[in-house]
Amino acid sequence: MDVDISIRVDGDTHRLSVDTRTTVLDTLRERLGITSPKKGCDHGQCGACTVLLNGRRVNSCLLLAVAHDGAEIVTAAGLAVDGQMHPMQRSFIEHDAFQCGYCTPGQIVSAVAMLGEAAAGWPSFATPAGEQPATPDSGGMRDDEIRERMSGNLCRCAAYANIVPAIREVAEA
Amino acid sequence: MTTITARAMGQALSRVDGPAKVRGHAPYAFEQPVDRPVYLYPVEAAITVGRITGIDCSHASAQPGVLGVLTHLNAARTSAGASGELGILQSDQVAFRNQFVGAVLAETSEIARYAAGLVRVDYEARPHDVVFDAGRRDLYKPEQLAPSFPMDTDKGDVDAALSSAPFALDQGYTTPRYHHNPLEPHSTIAVWADGHFTLHMSTQGVHVARACLAQVFDLDPDRIRIIAPYVGGAFGSKVQPRADAVLAMLAARMVPGRPVKFQLTRQQTFSQTGYRPPTVQRVQLGADRDGRLLAVAHSCTAPTARIQEFAEHSTRSTPTLYATPNLRTRQRLAKLDISTPSIMRAPGEASGMFAVESAMDEMAIACGVDPVEFRIRNDTDTHPLTGLPFSSRNLAGCMREGARRFGWDQRDPTPRARRSQGWLVGTGVATALYSVFRLPGSASIQAHPDGRYTVSIGAADIGTGTWTALAQVAADALGVDLTQVELQIGDTNYPCASEAAASSGITSWGAAICEAADQLRHALADQPGGQLPPQGLTITADMPENPYLQQYSMHSFGAQFAEVRINEFTGEIRVPRQLGVFAVGRIVNPRTARSQLLGGMTWGLSMALHEHGALDPRFGATVNQDLATYHVASNADVGNVEVHWLDEYDPYVNPMGTKGIGEIGMVSAAAAIANAVHHATGIRVRDLPITLDKLLPESRPVTATS
Repeated sequence: MDVDISIRVDGDTHRLSVDTRTTVLDTLRERLGITSPKKGCDHGQCGACTVLLNGRRVNSCLLLAVAHDGAEIVTAAGLAVDGQMHPMQRSFIEHDAFQCGYCTPGQIVSAVAMLGEAAAGWPSFATPAGEQPATPDSGGMRDDEIRERMSGNLCRCAAYANIVPAIREVAEA
Repeated sequence: MTTITARAMGQALSRVDGPAKVRGHAPYAFEQPVDRPVYLYPVEAAITVGRITGIDCSHASAQPGVLGVLTHLNAARTSAGASGELGILQSDQVAFRNQFVGAVLAETSEIARYAAGLVRVDYEARPHDVVFDAGRRDLYKPEQLAPSFPMDTDKGDVDAALSSAPFALDQGYTTPRYHHNPLEPHSTIAVWADGHFTLHMSTQGVHVARACLAQVFDLDPDRIRIIAPYVGGAFGSKVQPRADAVLAMLAARMVPGRPVKFQLTRQQTFSQTGYRPPTVQRVQLGADRDGRLLAVAHSCTAPTARIQEFAEHSTRSTPTLYATPNLRTRQRLAKLDISTPSIMRAPGEASGMFAVESAMDEMAIACGVDPVEFRIRNDTDTHPLTGLPFSSRNLAGCMREGARRFGWDQRDPTPRARRSQGWLVGTGVATALYSVFRLPGSASIQAHPDGRYTVSIGAADIGTGTWTALAQVAADALGVDLTQVELQIGDTNYPCASEAAASSGITSWGAAICEAADQLRHALADQPGGQLPPQGLTITADMPENPYLQQYSMHSFGAQFAEVRINEFTGEIRVPRQLGVFAVGRIVNPRTARSQLLGGMTWGLSMALHEHGALDPRFGATVNQDLATYHVASNADVGNVEVHWLDEYDPYVNPMGTKGIGEIGMVSAAAAIANAVHHATGIRVRDLPITLDKLLPESRPVTATS
């Protein structure tokens, strides 16, 4: 069965008819040709498909497009504004925080959203009880906070030890 | 051999493909824009061995949007020479669980997947044999895999030396099944038109893939074009094409002119793309009272597939490691009804050096010699088996520099001596080694009148940094500024080059480019007035022979250090620090090189603590076939990873002075961790992975149980 939906991706509105079985990820990649989010597992286990959905990071392979009529989606491509890379993108290049690049758009979207979550005071497993995860006064985010919050994004090239300082630099900026 | 002057080489340039990759704009195989794609979804064998007695495609075919159902009854015939895993859909036989027995072609991926579930296949199963056991009676010695590595080696009298050695060790070590899991699953877009295939394919080598697939389809290689500018990780699983590429091509033959898109699911990659087979190893060492080795014996037994042979040659680097008058290696295989294992990052060394370098730690302790000193004491100037000198060997330098940086001299060698807030702390060390490989190929350079140079070569960037580092090599080969060089790779339209494998890329491709640059200079000198003609000049050259190959033994070396913390109460294992020092020849690009070594070391951590493909004996396939149950190291698993290298230049390997860096980072990182675990706990874990259950009985302090 096909259903008409409208979604906004990186600022552009798309109206299309989708199979009710189609995920947001496949809608982006196979229907709209927006291939910035990647398919690594299709099961929400690797994070390569991470996008911002109405401002929050999600695994787009776990969402059905039919349930997201009217959604506002931002991919890594959409983080770059007016052709200028997002500071997180520049930092990933500077720190060589990737090799093959396949997990990278997901890592970057996840990192940007994660910093927002921490700034909003959302604790993680690594946050000491009763403390704020990240405040400018406490010197930004600790590495174990970054590692914990980024563990939903696998990198098989294993650039983790570069990803952490890349994110820390943006967090401290 | 011509050597080239480093100007661009040695610069820590950021990746030229970085801006595209951080946006997600670099097109991987499945993302190449095509018109009217057809989606393919496979039907996998639901038995382990036997034959198909009937296939009912009627329900699948009746689905709106289904374009065809592919089975062995209607698939195009492929070459009889394409046996093994590539000979799919050619008969009613099933050789392993999950082998492709059919596929559905449809207008959308959803329809294809649903309809594939409607294909009814009836089977007649035969009893299967999938359980690997080193005590099997049908073990055999495999054919020689690579000329430089004989399957078995013998020197002196190992048994006599062991029986009279003041210190002798005889231990068994095992490693489990490992799966590559590049983040990009194997993907192909195949188009069959006018008697030609065009393939967008995730591969480590477009030319090696083309040669193989041309044979499968009995086609002149010129009738296949493979394009792969970006590859989302590979680690050995994308060297040889696998059955997924053949299936996509068979499907493309059914719908001429339409592009067939096929990407394996994560689960399917576990049965279709190879894996590092499990190993059962035995290491025997003998040493004198001064801690000098008198004998080294290493044997490995591993399973292979009945339909195609592959050997995890765990013993291949053992003869190169240490001075010893007596040496023996043995390699045996068992043929089982399983999918075919394959090359996986550091094939042989990753598994084998875990065993040998664990044994070396045990022997150092037995001899009462510090483990760093023990390795330096047994260093050698000549190859213990061939007697050849090394082109460069700085193992001792790596050990000393690593020990200095790691703070090794502060170490109390007593096991269980360091505790910190409920955690046992230990440190370990191991030797890393990986050999230099050269694979033949060619490159072409076009000199343009405006001062630009187009360098074309059918090489690959699988995340290694080829786009950047090979351009640096080309600039120095030509003696021009990097901005004058345009590099073209990842397409069979470019000169035939080897695959990105065996840490051989820069050595092989770089040597071919240097030769082409040399010939270009000569050709230019022959031009009237030494002037470039208005239409430019193009030279294609083969990688030349290396005159030093028979004179020197060529290898990269390294020292791996690790610190572990084991929770006294839970057995939880953390690795807060890994440190590696490597002697790998000239570093072309320090930024990307560091990443490769860093990634390798993290692979070693993942191998040491996490990865374990569990084979179900009832089915003969990996049970934990996804990324939730087959755990690869995640961000939170990794601590501080320090990568260093010695300033080294090897004049005998290639014109650049490099030795290869893609694999050595992972070699022995697991052994260093296992040795650190022993230091922390007093428990020697000889079977990977090191999980907390293996540490609990003794790591729990007396007060917790009393």
